[in-house]
This record gives sequence, structure tokens and C-alpha cells, in this order.
Amino acid sequence: MESLFALDNLWLALLLKLALIVVFFLTAPLVVGYIEHKGLAHMQARLGPMEAAFHGIGQLPADGIKFIQKEDIIPENADKWVFSMAPGVALVPALVVLAVIPMGPGVFAEDLDVGIFFALAVSSVSVIGILMAAWSSANKYSLMGGIRAAAQLIAYELPLVLAAAAVVLQAGTLSLVGIVEAQNEFRLFGVIPAAYAIPQLVGLILFFVAALAELSRPPFDMPIADSEIIFGHMTEYTGLRYAFFMLAEYAGIVVLSALAAVLFLGGWYLWPGVPLPSFAVGPIPGDVVAALVGFGVMFAKIATLAFVMIWFRATFPRLREDQLQRISWLIFIPLAILNIVVTAIFKVVA
Amino acid sequence: MTVPQVGLFKGLALTLKTMLKPATTAQYPHVKPDLPPRTRGVIALMEENCTVCMLCSRECPDWCIYIDSHKEVVPPKDEGARARTRNVLDRFAIDFALCMYCGICIEVCPFDALFWSPEFEYATYNLLELTHEKERLRAWMETVPPPPPLESGAELPKEVSDGLAAARKAAEARAAAAAPAAKAAGAEPKAAAGAAAAKTGKKVEDDIHVEAQIDQEVFDQLIAEGKSERVARAKAKAAYVRKEKARIRAERETANT
Amino acid sequence: MSETLARPGPDTRMLPGGPGEGMLVEVRGEGDLRTQDMNLNIGPQHPATHGVLRVVIDLDGEKIVRATPVIGYMHRGFEKLAEARDYRQIIALVNRHDWLSAFCNELGVAIAVEKMMKLEVPERAQWIRVLMAEWNRILNHLMFIGSFGLELGAITPVFFAFREREDIQNLLESATGGRLHFTYNRVGGLKEDLPRGFLKASQAMVANVRTRTREYRDLLEGNEIFMARTKGVGALPPDVALDYGVSGPTLHASGVPEDCRVSEPYCRYDQVDVHVPLGTRGDSFDRFACLLGRVVASLDIIEQVLDRIPPGPVNTKLPKTVKAPEGEVYVRTENPLGQGGYYLVSDGKKTPWRLKMRTPSFSNIQMIPYLLEGALVPDMIAILGSVFFVVGDVDR
Repeated sequence: MESLFALDNLWLALLLKLALIVVFFLTAPLVVGYIEHKGLAHMQARLGPMEAAFHGIGQLPADGIKFIQKEDIIPENADKWVFSMAPGVALVPALVVLAVIPMGPGVFAEDLDVGIFFALAVSSVSVIGILMAAWSSANKYSLMGGIRAAAQLIAYELPLVLAAAAVVLQAGTLSLVGIVEAQNEFRLFGVIPAAYAIPQLVGLILFFVAALAELSRPPFDMPIADSEIIFGHMTEYTGLRYAFFMLAEYAGIVVLSALAAVLFLGGWYLWPGVPLPSFAVGPIPGDVVAALVGFGVMFAKIATLAFVMIWFRATFPRLREDQLQRISWLIFIPLAILNIVVTAIFKVVA
Repeated sequence: MTVPQVGLFKGLALTLKTMLKPATTAQYPHVKPDLPPRTRGVIALMEENCTVCMLCSRECPDWCIYIDSHKEVVPPKDEGARARTRNVLDRFAIDFALCMYCGICIEVCPFDALFWSPEFEYATYNLLELTHEKERLRAWMETVPPPPPLESGAELPKEVSDGLAAARKAAEARAAAAAPAAKAAGAEPKAAAGAAAAKTGKKVEDDIHVEAQIDQEVFDQLIAEGKSERVARAKAKAAYVRKEKARIRAERETANT
Repeated sequence: MSETLARPGPDTRMLPGGPGEGMLVEVRGEGDLRTQDMNLNIGPQHPATHGVLRVVIDLDGEKIVRATPVIGYMHRGFEKLAEARDYRQIIALVNRHDWLSAFCNELGVAIAVEKMMKLEVPERAQWIRVLMAEWNRILNHLMFIGSFGLELGAITPVFFAFREREDIQNLLESATGGRLHFTYNRVGGLKEDLPRGFLKASQAMVANVRTRTREYRDLLEGNEIFMARTKGVGALPPDVALDYGVSGPTLHASGVPEDCRVSEPYCRYDQVDVHVPLGTRGDSFDRFACLLGRVVASLDIIEQVLDRIPPGPVNTKLPKTVKAPEGEVYVRTENPLGQGGYYLVSDGKKTPWRLKMRTPSFSNIQMIPYLLEGALVPDMIAILGSVFFVVGDVDR
């Protein structure tokens, strides 16, 4: 599929795509952050931010401005360059992955043939950022957080990738747009239109839980564990660098939720088989209307998945590191491999 | 190993249920808290009641009450009477930076000059402003609520119970007086006196006035025991008054019957 | 990071806080397999230590090889302060060393002085004392229920627990005037009687808290992740517990049913059914379950007491200055955290000669080195959260 933003002039198109990605990258985490503030608050029988603008909508932008004007502190014993670069290394992969994620029909920067492969490969680069931050902080608590992060993030890459691999097998293409289109044409038992969530239910659960672990969200937030090791790798960070880490976390939520929506929940289609409205509304051409509706559907799915992540955060205590590892290596990875095998069998037989 | 079971889902259900119910937050400062009347917020001083006995300052565990006073001589009302001296309160300050809000000062004040008030919004940027002088403490009196009524079964305060007992006696006396007048003829003056006394709450003996003089025997005995002259004189005077009153009472008894 | 210095010998240990304390590490292995332990300070400022407790741990990876608690960061000299205060002022002071069980502390002091003066406390005062002590116990346990979940990562139960605490504190504020430091006991009874409507509000609050304990069961006790974090963690055998002088819910979790309210009843505890929930394994999960069980047991006691408060006065007439006669007395009470004791020595004046406080938290944290040996760092958090202590109580 051709991107909506593929203008004739290559450089202009590049600029436009870059601008749109950066805008989305900066605003979507704010929305998810607001959902977290208010959702978490109401689950805890309190109100959340109410003072900043209307019912606290201005809280996160206000936080951002506050972080920008803070003093830039680097600990004396810290490795200056590694310390300064770590937030960037953690943040930029999320930005880059957004280039391939389709948010609607034609609403993407580039439809790579190896879309999902690219997305998963680039998002694992952020692990290095976390380790850089932990090691260079010259802080024993950060070091402990970094070591836990290293073990955990590597352990949970595998279920993530294997669950995605099963979807790729079923769809027959690595391209993300192709996977959405494949779900649109998929019929369960040849009759019922369904997203891959139903035949790949195990894969969806694995992908979602592995995503939680990749993002260090509760119940897998041992690397951060703010009642034990203060804030893990982020302990010594303050000001804008800390804001980048937080932005990386929320952007990661957006990215992985978007990937889950694309892989399992039918992407921008309201329901597979139900075409998007593509009639012209006033001066807006039909395909733009379809793109806008598709974008809305995708955003709603991302918001729902983010809400489930926040729901988990409110409810569950955190798992211990060795219990985490045991679950991943002894339960999730065998399940994921079994999932692939079953999918392959069904693909060949049916 | 943790296998997801019912427990995890029950927790999820509970958080979802709580999310759909209204929050319990009261948004201070838009909404002021509803504090009970006994709340220990700030101490208020009723300057008019204070006799500068300094009990509060002495009893304070933190020594945060600062009192200054001086004595004034008040000329007597009648001719020839003794001039009285009066304590005048110069400074009464409570340092709320030290105060631990225990309430002992309010409890010991015998003249009901100190009260609790539920006001709590007097935080300042300057520590010195936390010492409230007596004008400010007098202003806090506006905010003092009346004490709450007590739980059933509680013992009533002495003033209330005494008044109730007096009223009950008065009612009984009236009922007794309303009974056949012939029966109560002889006892009428006594009953009337008794009723009058019950109304006012005073003893009958208080109507007798005796000019204090020294009972010489008691005086000599006390001096011999080694007591000082002042003490002996006071005790001798009291003994004389007691004897006189008893004598007059006995005379009245015989006069009545 | 830290330099490696040779240890003088395997038995000499460095005093925590002393010079070069963070520098000595144990070196093991040869050549490429050389490893060293990391010496880490948990605290004094740490979210999980319930105040300013410092635990110096030697870590082998994430396993704790040795742990040493360092106390004294909150020492305020209570026992010395008490020697210069008269008995009513001491009651205002002892609110503050274990600030979560303020009423029970005051109760101990008041009973000590009353025993020495051989004062007869009115019936009504005794029964109301039981009522308030049990409400204080629930307040204390709710705090630890919330904070235990918080340390393990469950961020929601703490808000629910504090919501209940607010309601109960409002109730107690209507009677005593304070939400944390009640100063409600006096030598010879209570300061003043309850306000109208207190007993009815108490009744309603009991029903409310009972429904909420079911919520804590759902969110914490029945949660599989919580069970995985706490079952088998920090198991304390009963003989070790008794050796260390542990008391309260930590002792009951190990299976020892020692409770002052049952063995040496004070106030009117002998006329009330006191249920003491016991655990079997003595691990963190049992300690937490005992805590929840004690909340329900306190609710039952309150319900029993509500109908049995007789009418009458709440204090006795005291002399102008309260002077305890010469002598000494030791009074034991079941504070929410364990067994609290007051040893009062008087020389006939209006201030005590010596007031020694036996605080439950001080004895409870003695078992921390025993429990932490061989535990992982996350387990340490679970253990610290389950050994219920208040640092003000430890240091006084």
C-alpha cells in the first residue's frame, strides 16, 4: 500500500513524514500518560490531577515544562558521555519504530517488506540505553536495577518475537500493512470474519505479557522497583534526561500496544470484513475520510490496551526476579514455540 | 511458580469496581474539612477570665506559654476597707512552633480562660509569626464551638448535676407544700426555709453572720504547740466563728420547736 | 566502584558506620573467576525501611550474605525527658514514640501509675479504654497492611487502607480531639467522656471496616503474585522467635499464642472474648494473614464492648499534684506491634525517678539479621515489611 504522505518531491515527503511522526511521538504518550494518571487514581478511589487546566489535562505538559527548566546534574563519579547519551539511546528506537507502524489505511511513513522484523529489532536497541544508564550512574542501586533489567529484557524478547512469528506465519507476510490486510481477509472456519486474536489467543496473551515485561511495567517492574532500588537505572537522572526516560516508557507503551493491535486486533479495521467508510465528506476526499476513521480506530485500540496495562499496574504486586525468569524460560517460551508449531500445522493442513 | 488463577482476576475486578465508584477525595482548599468540635486546632484565650495564676505556663510540657503580669492596687469600694491588689495580664503568648497540642493548659485552667478551636489554617512563612500574642489568641475565641453533648450514660458536669438536684428538691418541696396544709403547719417555716435554701443552693447556716473574734483558749493552745502567731490567730478566729454559729443554730432550733 | 582491602581475618567484622565501612569486601575465587561482595546501605533514607532504619548488607549478586541493622537515627531521649515531666505530661509524651499505637502507649503509663497509687479506675473508663485501644489497634494494622502491599509493588491497597484510617481517625477525633496523638488517657481514667453519637458511629464503622477487610483479602491475601512473594520467605521458627524476644503478630505467625490481653488481662480484657489468630509457618505470608486476622478480631471485640459500657464517671478525683508513692512497677500491655512494657521507678516526687520503656519494635528488629541471611534483595523488602516495626518505637 502506498503511504498517504508520499508526495512527489522526495525531500518534502521525508520532511512531512518526519514532522508527523515527531508530533505523534510527542502527543500520544501524553494521552496515555493522562489515562494513567486518571485511571490509576480512580482505581485507587482518588481523583488524580484536577488543578492543571480542566480536570488535569494540563498536568503532563506542565510536568514537561517543569523538567525542561530543571538543573542539569551529572554525578561526579559518573561516566559523563555514557550518562548523557543513555536517555537518547533509550528514546530514539521508539521514534524510529513509529515509522513502520500503520495507523490507518495509508497512514504510515513507509511500508517496509520486513516491517515486523524491523520493528522488533529496533525496539530491542533501547535495552542498551537502560544498561548504559545503569552502569554509568556510579550508583549501586542503579547497577542492581541495570543487572535486573539486562536479565529480564533479554528473557522476554523471546516470547515477544516468537508470538509475533506465529502471526507472521499465519499471515504469510512480514509487512505490517500486509498483516492487517491478511486479517481483513481471514475467515475463521472459512465463514466467520475474525481478527487473529481468536485463533492466536495464546499468542496475544504471550505478546501482551512479554510487552509488559519489555516495558518494565508492573507486575514485571523489578528493574525499577521503586520501593527497593529507588528507581533502578533512572535513580541519578533528573530534569530533561529523566523526562526522556519517562517519555521512552510511555512511547514504548504506545508502540507495543500499536504492534499488538496491528498483529492481533485487526489494525485499523473496526472488524475484519467491515470496510472503512470511504465516501467523501464535504471537501475531504474519500480516502482521507477512511484514513481518519482508521486512525481513530487504531488510537482507540491503543488506548484500550494501554488501559489494560494501567489496570495491571494498579492491581498486581511485582514478581521477584527469579520468578520472572522462571516464568519466561519455563512457561512462556515453550508455549510460544508450541504456538508456532500448532499454527504451522494448521497452515499446512487447512 | 505463579499460575494465573482466580485470585488475580478477583483483584482486577475489585480495581475496576472501585474505578466506577465515585472517589473519596475531598478537594481541599476548595472544600473545607468538616471537623468535630473537640478538634485540637488552635488555642484561644478569653482574656477577661484570666487571673494570671500561671498554672497553664507551669503545666505546659514544652514551656511554650509566655506570661507577663504586674500587680495593681485597686482603691477600696467602701470607706475604711482594705485596698485590694489585682493581677493584670501584660503578655500572654503561646509559641505554636513549640506547642505539641496536648491540651494540658486548657485542662488545668481553673477559670475557663483557655479553649480549643478547630481552626488549623494559620501556617506562616516566618517562624516568629507562629508565636501568637494575646490579641490574636483573643480573636481565636470567635471560632470556638460549643462542647458537644455527651454520650448516654456519661456523668454530667458538676454544675449541671447540682442544678438538676436543686430543681428536683424544689419540685419535691412544692409538692410537699401542696399536700394538706394542717399536717405541714409546724414544719412550714422550716420547709419554706429549706425550699428557699434549696433554690439558692446555699446552706441555712450561711444566713447567720458572726463577727470574727479570737477564741483565746484555742489561741493559747496553738501557740503552746509551737505554731506561728499568724496561723494561731487564724485558727482561733475560725474556731470562735464555728462555736458561735453552732450556738446560734441551737438557739434557733429551740426557738422553732 | 569500591576498592578491595584485605580483611584482617575471617572473624573480625567492621563496625557499620565506622571508618572505611563501605570499603571492605570479601574477595573470593582466583584469576578470572574473582568475585567480590558488594556492601550496600539500605537506608537510613529508603522507601522500604518504615522510617530511618539502616541495614548494612553484604551482597553476593542479589543474595544477602550478611545483614546488620544500625539503629539510633531517631533517638529523641524519651526516657530522659520523662524524668523531668509529671505524670500527665508523660502521657502526652508517650503518644509519640510509637505514633501508630498512641492510645495503647498512654494506657501502659496510666496503668503503671494507677497500680503504684492503688487507684480504682471507674468501670466506664475501663470499658471505654478497651474500645479505644482496639480502634487504635485497627488503625495500626491498617497502616501496615497498606504499606506491606506498597513495598511489594501493589500500589492500590495503601490508598484503600488510608481511606479506612481517615474514617476511623475522624471518629476518634470527635472523642479525643486528635487524629494521631490522642492524649485521652489520664491517671485514674480518661480525660472526658465520649460525645453523643460515638457508639452509633462506632457500630457503623465496624460494619464498614469489615466489608473492606474482604477487599484486602481479594487484593492481597488471595493474590497469587503476593503469595509467591511472601510464602516461604523469612520463615521464623518459634524457638528462635522466643529467643529474640519477639512479640505480637510476628510471634503469633510462628505459632506461639502469647498475648498479654489473654495471659495477663488489663482493663476489662478478661471479660471479653479475645481471639488470637495463629500462623503455622512463620513466614511473611503468615505474618500478613495474622495482621488481617487481628483486624477482624479487634472488630469483634469492639462489637462486644459497644453494648457493655456502663453509665458512670470516667475519671476519679485526683489530688492536686499526682505523686506516685515510692516503689517500682512493671506493666505489660499488648500494643498493636507486640508486647510493650513500662518500668516505672518512683521516689515519691511528682516526676518519676526512671521510666524505662520496653518497646516491641526494638525486640522485633533483632531478628532481622537472622531472617535476612541467605535471602534475596526483593525478599529483604518482603521481610522488612512483614516485621512490623516503627522506627520511633525502636529508638525512642
